[in-house]
Amino acid sequence: MNWDIFPESVCIALLAMAGLLLTASLVSMALVKLKPEHDYRELRLRIKTWWWIAAVFALAVLFNRAVSVWVFGFISFLAFKEYLSLIPTRRADHRVLLWAYLAIPVQYFWVWLGWYGLFIIFIPVYMLLILPMRMVLIGETQGFLRAAGTIHWGLMITVFSLSHMAYLLVLPAADNPAGGSAGVLIYLVFLTEINDVSQYIWGKTFGKRKIIPKVSPGKTIAGFWGGVLTTAGLAVWLAPYLTPLTLFEAAGAGCLIGVAGFIGDVTISALKRDLGVKDSGSILPGHGGILDRLDSLTYTAPLLFHYVYYLHY
Amino acid sequence: MLRYLFYLLIVKPLVLVVLGINARGREYLPKQGPAIIVANHNSHLDALALMSLFPQHLIANVHPVAAADYFCKSRWLKWLAINVVGIIPIDRNSQASSREVLAPIFEALDRNAILIFFPEGTRGEPESLGKMKNGIASIIAERPHVPVVPVFFYGLGKALPKGEVILVPFFIDAFIGQPLRWPDNRQEFMTKLKSAMADLQAKANRLNHDD
Repeated sequence: MNWDIFPESVCIALLAMAGLLLTASLVSMALVKLKPEHDYRELRLRIKTWWWIAAVFALAVLFNRAVSVWVFGFISFLAFKEYLSLIPTRRADHRVLLWAYLAIPVQYFWVWLGWYGLFIIFIPVYMLLILPMRMVLIGETQGFLRAAGTIHWGLMITVFSLSHMAYLLVLPAADNPAGGSAGVLIYLVFLTEINDVSQYIWGKTFGKRKIIPKVSPGKTIAGFWGGVLTTAGLAVWLAPYLTPLTLFEAAGAGCLIGVAGFIGDVTISALKRDLGVKDSGSILPGHGGILDRLDSLTYTAPLLFHYVYYLHY
Repeated sequence: MLRYLFYLLIVKPLVLVVLGINARGREYLPKQGPAIIVANHNSHLDALALMSLFPQHLIANVHPVAAADYFCKSRWLKWLAINVVGIIPIDRNSQASSREVLAPIFEALDRNAILIFFPEGTRGEPESLGKMKNGIASIIAERPHVPVVPVFFYGLGKALPKGEVILVPFFIDAFIGQPLRWPDNRQEFMTKLKSAMADLQAKANRLNHDD
């Protein structure tokens, strides 16, 4: 454990997350007692799973680079596996899929090395070129375009996008005196999740006009703006403790997370709607699949990464 | 001991981590023998995946029933299949009477074992259910108190299709149905079993939208 290199603010942020979850647990337990006529099992399950998510996240952040890379690599593996289990795949592509899986350890190996150049082009360029080549060697042309497109899109979303979370931990800590190596990652994940929750709460409370009814009938304009403003406010408040961003830049980061988180959410919703499923899986009790939870992060992780990287690293 | 470690260190990590099982109706799985599990057969992994659904302390008591002509071809495979995997070999092509062929099954049930059957006989088309053979009814007719639990697997034919040697990770769906009781009649039993399996398959297809 490398506690000594963690700034105080990062420890406080992690404790604050635990505090929030503890509050949620206590409130839900009180609800069960006070309103026995309601069924709160789903809520209790959801909060219990949140504890697990927070524990895995803390594991990924608190130890060292090797543990972080393994944990995030495993999360990408679960997400990609869930994606492939959902979409129609061709029997002929059996070995192509194995090659696609092998991209996961390779991508996270670049993260571990801190080799930015390969990290940033390996999946968008090399895997884009390699997978269709492997498919051509098998020779099945029926459904070729759909297979090539769906496999690569899945790799981009579940492996390339999400691996930006791990790369945030590899960026030089010296450039972020307030938050050290873990500050920006905690900032990203915390704000993305809070954005999801606050868009939901604003929408439930004030939402009337639907924002994108064909994809996600539950989402409203009020929920969207309420969420973006809440996230932007929190982003400005937290930035000096966790990131190298100025207050003006932090307002931009908050809006970016608010908007991108929403887009990530509805993009995965569109995927699920196309496939005719409600949840992407059932690995996270009370939440659904792992993609149901990571949906917003697939957009916010690369976008916030490049925003911060361009401005400060 | 060998079997215990084989399932703990190889099969369970493979099935539960590399693949991942999403089981519905787990509460219907028997907690003690004697019992019979009936499943569709798409892949060599079916039996191992089913075994992984049982807690480690029950594993020693769960045995897949498998074709002797396939698994007992060579001495090594036979040793592995019987002592490590824990199969009960049955001679599909024997000329002997059915009671003689099925004797090891009755013996195992009388020891309170949990047996896994694939009544399709051979690995069928992926994610489908072939014609079931009636041997299972002959067994239940002799041991009518033994509950029969139907299980339908979806996804294993994608992870390791017939003829492939390379395993590719996919989440597997397992649908477990309520235990069936012997209705005093072979034909009626097979009808009940077939309709139970068809119901589970319909659930799987509704989830996966490929019907």
